[in-house]
Amino acid sequence: MRTGISVEEYLTALDENRLLGLKCRSCGCITAPPRLACRRCGGLDAEVVELSGKGKIVTFTAIHRAPESRRGQTPYLVVMVELDEGPWIMGNLGGLDPTLASLELIDKRVAMKMPPSTAKGVKDGICPQFMLTD
Amino acid sequence: MRKVAVVGVGQTKFSGAQRRTNIELFSEAALEAIAGAGLKTGDIQALHVGNVLSDFEEGQQLAHPFIAENLGLKNVPTNTFDGACASSSVAIRDAFIWIASGMYDVILVGGMERAASMGTQLATQAYSMYTDRSYEYPSGITFPGVFAMLAHLYAKKYGIPMDKLKEQMALISVKAHKYGLLNPKAHLQRELTVEKLLRSPMVCQPLQVYDCCPFSDGAAAIVLASEEIARKLTDRPVFITGSGQASAGTLASQQEYLPHLIARELAAKQAYDTAGLTPRDIDVCEVHDSFSIAEILAIESLGFFEYGTGGEATARGETMIGGKIAVNPSGGLKAKGHPVGATGAAQVYEIFHQLRGECGETQVQGAATGLTDAMGASGSIHCVMILERGW
Repeated sequence: MRTGISVEEYLTALDENRLLGLKCRSCGCITAPPRLACRRCGGLDAEVVELSGKGKIVTFTAIHRAPESRRGQTPYLVVMVELDEGPWIMGNLGGLDPTLASLELIDKRVAMKMPPSTAKGVKDGICPQFMLTD
Repeated sequence: MRKVAVVGVGQTKFSGAQRRTNIELFSEAALEAIAGAGLKTGDIQALHVGNVLSDFEEGQQLAHPFIAENLGLKNVPTNTFDGACASSSVAIRDAFIWIASGMYDVILVGGMERAASMGTQLATQAYSMYTDRSYEYPSGITFPGVFAMLAHLYAKKYGIPMDKLKEQMALISVKAHKYGLLNPKAHLQRELTVEKLLRSPMVCQPLQVYDCCPFSDGAAAIVLASEEIARKLTDRPVFITGSGQASAGTLASQQEYLPHLIARELAAKQAYDTAGLTPRDIDVCEVHDSFSIAEILAIESLGFFEYGTGGEATARGETMIGGKIAVNPSGGLKAKGHPVGATGAAQVYEIFHQLRGECGETQVQGAATGLTDAMGASGSIHCVMILERGW
């Protein structure tokens, strides 16, 4: 049985600035990023839906000490966003000096805006990139 | 189910980078535990080892059968447990179940790590692999980053101004260093002040260097035995009377519960229920203070304080020895150190000595019931155990 979408399909769409999720056919809950099972009821029957990529920041941090793979890129902002469709998703926030981040960021509206595709991102790993819209 | 006792414990001095191998470190802790139990290596019927990154640390996979060989354990079954920072806790809980089932009577269990030997940058890289590689790792998240996000969420949810929360968090680190200074096996044996913490470099806003535990090298091991054997070995057995274990996926998937961690709350409830105890019955605990904010979250989820009040309680001294509940009299992960695979067994090491009244200047007077709380990755693995005097 084929259900949901593969990680590769999800990341390929993300690289094209499209955020995909799964809508449970039992309870209607949206799961994103995709998992086989619905995050609410555990149902395995879901349809693929394209999400708005819009939501609000629920929490954040500015990373000053990074893993080796991010050397030279600090500081950068990691945010947890509550999407308008419900799920929380981890990503980065651009367009803001990370040293100016404060608790005031919480509840600010954001939209996903991925950089131009390099295709390389899918192989090396990518995640949603958000910008403030307020 | 049979009753299961801790009959011996051992721990190396936790430290920065050092030259002994993981097998040597574990073996030192193991010999202390076996001797302390009044047993010989030939009495051990199985070996459970908690370890996370021996491969990255020193190019050694599958250390456990070689540990058995080194100790002369004579071809007993050996296993390894990877529960991230809770590895040896889940190893102990599993050994507890093996003995409780009646299939084994005496098991050596513990863990080791050379986290410091990796160096901070490689260690940060290696440990960040313990996030979801497809969905969270690519953001550049780290474990200090996870708890930094929880600190901001906590401040927002409970309406605590950030500068006030920062000071409460600092007091947790100050307490850890105060007790670490008195623990001869602690990694960091130096005093810390709030001012010094607030001047230390930023790691992940709002967590500074002294909000974070160190990467450490070290090992800890314990011997578990059935009640029948324990009663023959000692008139002061320490019984594991409660235990619980649970898991959770990505940080985002825990959205309904954050900043508190659902796996901890489930594991704690199982532990209290199986022991037939409540948080009020606990005299001393060792909790997973990998980051200052993590101790606030732990003491609330374990039921010692209401949500949103753990920082205030800390500032009032209620988590000190002599306070409402003594938290981390060993110095915790923050000062005792965090050799990841060894950490859970080191918590049991401390509680064992506390219940036996052997802790000198950091003794919690009259401690009869203790609790250990170990967390792995982004709240992904959790194991809570309750130990009681058997005399």
